[in-house]
Order: sequence, then C-alpha cells, then structure tokens
Amino acid sequence: MFYREVGQYKTTYQADMAVFPILQDRIGIAVILAIAFIAIPLFASEFIIMSVMVPFLVFALAAIGLNILTGYTGLISLGSGAFMGVGAYACYKLTTLFPGVNIIVWIIVSGFFSAAIGVVFGIPSLRIKGFYLAVATLAAQFFLQWCFVRIPWLYNYNVSGAIEVPERTLFGVAITGARATPEMRYLVLLTIVVALTWLASNLVHGRIGRSWMAVRDMDIAAELMGIKLLPTKLLAFAVSSFYCGVAGACMMFLWYGGGEANDAFNVNQSFNVLFMVIIGGLGSLLGSFLGSFFISTLPTLLKFGVPAIGIPLTGAFAEHLTHVMVGALIIFFLIVEPHGLARLWQIAKQKLRVWPFPY
Amino acid sequence: MLHKILIAPFVEMAAMPDLFVQTIWEGFVGGVLYALIALGFVLIFKASGVFNFAQGIMVVFAGLTLVGVYEKFASFGFTGMIAAYLSVVVALAVMFALAVAVERVVLRPLVNQPDIILFMATFGLTYLLIGLGETIFGGSPKVMIADQLGLPKGVIDLNILGGRVSLQMLDIAAAVVATVMIAALALFFQYTRIGRALRAVADSHKAALSVGISLNQIWIIVWFTAGVVALITGIMWGARSDVSFGLQTIALKALPVLILGGFTSVPGAIVGGLIIGIGEKIGEFYWGPLIGSGIESWFAYVIALTFLMFRPQGLFGDKLIERI
Repeated sequence: MFYREVGQYKTTYQADMAVFPILQDRIGIAVILAIAFIAIPLFASEFIIMSVMVPFLVFALAAIGLNILTGYTGLISLGSGAFMGVGAYACYKLTTLFPGVNIIVWIIVSGFFSAAIGVVFGIPSLRIKGFYLAVATLAAQFFLQWCFVRIPWLYNYNVSGAIEVPERTLFGVAITGARATPEMRYLVLLTIVVALTWLASNLVHGRIGRSWMAVRDMDIAAELMGIKLLPTKLLAFAVSSFYCGVAGACMMFLWYGGGEANDAFNVNQSFNVLFMVIIGGLGSLLGSFLGSFFISTLPTLLKFGVPAIGIPLTGAFAEHLTHVMVGALIIFFLIVEPHGLARLWQIAKQKLRVWPFPY
Repeated sequence: MLHKILIAPFVEMAAMPDLFVQTIWEGFVGGVLYALIALGFVLIFKASGVFNFAQGIMVVFAGLTLVGVYEKFASFGFTGMIAAYLSVVVALAVMFALAVAVERVVLRPLVNQPDIILFMATFGLTYLLIGLGETIFGGSPKVMIADQLGLPKGVIDLNILGGRVSLQMLDIAAAVVATVMIAALALFFQYTRIGRALRAVADSHKAALSVGISLNQIWIIVWFTAGVVALITGIMWGARSDVSFGLQTIALKALPVLILGGFTSVPGAIVGGLIIGIGEKIGEFYWGPLIGSGIESWFAYVIALTFLMFRPQGLFGDKLIERI
C-alpha cells in the first residue's frame, strides 16, 4: 500500500536500470538528504554532531570500503584499520608539504595513496584464498602499524610521535584544526560521504560491480566467463583501500584532530569495521550505513544514554558491556539474520508493499 | 648497506656461537608456545571445519579462571598445591561448560552454513569472552600460580661452544608438556573411535550425520579438548609473563603459524610454530636493529607469506581441488 509501485511504468532501459526505480524511494532519499544537510546542522547540539553523526559518517565510509572488498568481492580483509591509517598519514604529509592546496583535495588524494598500498597487499589474493588471505591482510595491518610508529618522517619528526592537524580553511572558514566549528566539519564530511557513496553505488551497479560479484560467487566460474581474476580482485582492493584511506583522513582531520593517531589504526579498529559490515549486511551499501550507525553509537548510548534514564553505570563497566553486547549481537545476527540489518529493511519494505494483506 | 644486511649478521653469528644458540633456544621455546595455541585452532578446524578465532581469548579466559578460582580459595585460607590442582579442576569444568554453551548456542543453529559465517561467529564469541572476562575478573594482569602448581623454576647454565647458554627450567617443562600433549593428541586422532569420528565430521557434516555420528557430541568433545589445550597454554604463557588480556595478541601470532603449517595438520602446527618462533627471534636479534627494532610484530607474517607464495595451502595442508 505505502510502497505500491502500480502505475509507475518503466519505458526506457535507463529507467529500468535506475538505482531508485520507485518514486517513494526517490522521495525518501531526498528527505533524508534534506534532514542531513539542513536540519541537523541547524538544530542538533554539538554533542550530537561530534559524538554521533561524525563518527557514524566516518565509519560509514570505512564500512563501504570494506563492504566492497568483503561483501561484493568475497575477499575477507582484517587490515582496513591500517589502510585508514595510510590515508591519514598521507593526508598529513601532503598538507604539510603543500599547505597552499585545499585540504579537501588532499583528503581525496590521500585515498589514492591508500589504494596503491592496498594493491600491493592484494597481490597475494590470486594465489591464496579464504582464511589464508584474511591472515595475509593481517600482515598488512601489523606492518603498516609498525611503520606509523617507527618511521619518524611520516609524522614530521614530531616530539609527541603523533600527527598534529594544522588549521586549514575553505572560502576563509576553518574546517580543520582547533578553530573549526562542529557544523563545518560535519558538512564537509557529509559532502564527501554523499559524493563517494554515489560513486560506489554507480560502481557496484555497473559492469565492474557485476564482475566483483561474479568473483565472489564462484571465482573459477567467473574466470571461465572471461573475467580476468587478478585485475578484478586488485581493483576491488584498490577501491576498498581508497574508501578506507579517505575515511582515515576524515577521521584524523575532521573528527580526532591528531593526537590519538597511533592508537586509532590498530587491529581492533579493523575488527570494528568488519563488525559493522557483518551486522549491517554483507554486499549492501545501505547495510554499511546501518551497521556503522549501530556499532558507532552503541558505546555512546551505553555511556551516556543509560545513566540518563537513571541506571548508574561506570565507564569501565559500560566498556565491558559494549564488548559483551557487540559479541552477543554478532552471534545473534548470524543465527537469525545472516544478511544483517539491510535485510530487515528489505523485509519491512515488502511488508509495506503488501499492507494490509499478509501476502 | 648490502654488507650490513647480507654479511654482517652471519659474521656475528659465527663470532659468538653461544649467543646464537641462546637465540635459537629462546625462539624454540616461543615457537613451542605458538604451536600450542595453533594446536587448539587445528583441533577445532580439523574436527568441525570451523576456523576458531576465539582460541586466543580462550587461552586468556582459561588462565584467568584458574588464577581467579585460586584467589577465591586463598581468601578462605585454603592455599598450596591441593588448592591449586582443585582450581585446575574447576577451570576444566568451566571450559567444559563453555564447550557445551558454544555448541548449544552458537554452532547448533549454524550447521551447514558457509565457513565464513562460522568464522564470523567465533569473532562474536571472542568479543563476548573479552567482555565477560573483564567483567568477572577485572582488566588488570594477574600472576600465574606457577609455584603452587609445582612447576619447576630456576636456570640451568650449559657450557656450549666456549660460552654460557642459560636455559629456564620452566621453558624446558613447557617443551616437555607440549611434546607429550601433541603426541597424545596425534594418537587420539589416529587410533581411537572418537578420533576417527572427528575426522569424518571434518570432511563433511552431512555425510558424518548420515552414518550415525552425533555432530553435537563431537563438537562438545572437540571444543572441550581445545579448552584443555587452552588451559595448558594459558598456564605456560602465564608463568612466563602475566595472565592478562594482552595475551590475545599472541593468539594473532599463532595465525601465521597456522597458515604456514596448514590448517588441518597437527605436525604442521608444530613445525610451523618452530619455524616462526626461531625465525622471528633470529630476525629480531640480527636484522631488527638495522631497520628499527620491534619487527617481531610483523616478521612472522612475512615469513608465512613468503612460504604461501610457493605453497598456497601451507606446508602440510590438504591440497584443494576445485570443481565447478
């Protein structure tokens, strides 16, 4: 009823292949974008923006990256945290070497550095598969993390051993550094995320995306159909690392502001992103958003939300509880709904379509 | 530069053979302990096809339970060897309960799912155990009750090659325990009814079920065995350092051991463990200073990856034949 597509005729191939073929979907997306771009910066408090929206968007970007590799191409990666780090450090080096160029350019360009590193570590994927590959990506994680600590050139020989985010402006308004307002950071981040999501959506719906999915479903069959495995897999690694790298650069420059750089890209961050992809739904862009919203807001909710309704909860206990809940939820989701939150949304949509009848 | 990389370390080895032997011994002991963790992985993979990421946290959890129970006994004034071994029994019971719980809650609903789903489920298990362990036992490191368990201590000094090599008694004990356990497990897998059933289950869940093997029973047995291995590993690692959640990172070290040896091979776990342990120590000691120390964190992976380029299934792994 609410989702009835009766009367919406598709008369061209373009209309048939559209990403949002149904009018209701297009309206929904427009409403969501309007809320995100106008309502939230105007009305949301600084706390909501900096501890809910910004982490959510940063992780959504990283989750899209990992989803392209794991969900669409079927290659498990445990190194996404390190690729985020490559983006952050590349962006830092670039903006200190060429301070005149706009920071947004460097945030995007740093993704290409991450992509290059990703390709290097993706080369073994032709020979080795499955769990063996997962362990191989752990090699990337530990090696790159070691580089971040041991190569002083990467952090400009700072005494603190971490990167310090300098102030950069866009049209005279500060968007990074201490003077940047949360609203500005949020808007810049949102623009990047929306643009890259649009790009990813086009990629996975097109020829490249279909060849990725063919490789995921059965790589030998895909090879027989004429898909060259090595370029396809390496492209997946490159695009995935690109997204992770941009996410890492955004994380450092628009959210953290340096300081915690060494710790932010450890193996736990990789696992975190992987959980977002699993809970959100493998092979779904919407799932990347849902999963990252879920996982990134859960600790905040436990730390600030639960005491707010009167149940006292110490910080340490809230952290332990987060671990328990995330662990339990992963198992729960795998048993009950292996396709994640995105699948729940699909089911809801189907229910709305046939409402008020059950079938 | 080339001289420093290719020649100088070997000259150093030849000049001080006692130091070289000492390095190898330390690598050997580290390798034995890696092999123990890897053994827990192999057991579960061999018998159920599940890649158990939670093995590392099971080691920590078992060690923490042991120490925690002993502390509880000590608070009633009940200490000494009997209390220590009673704590071992309690810890074993906890590992058994864990095995039953895992089988009931996690594995049974996921029968016949793709491998990756089961792998991810053990990720969930890892986080669950981390959270539970921290809630029950606290996050601070604990001292392993090595004396009360009657583990040997002290140092043996040997005169080898004109220098002194010191061997920790504890390390020798660890090596002996590991050898005995590995031999016992190998015999168990090869010659007992249950061992044969375990191998059948690993080959195919469906086929094993259809010839009347109880999948649930087998899973409980194999997870319990892995729990026992985890407890022993926890005791040995805990006695060398502390029992803390930091030990998890060691479990990540066991992964290159696994891919080097092959997921399905008990001897592979041992050989892989020794190669990684010794290679890593030698690499760190002789080549580490050239590129900044701390290369231990990734050197093991580089060794494993180099092998994988030539044998993608590991040294002793089963060769995969793929069909459409």
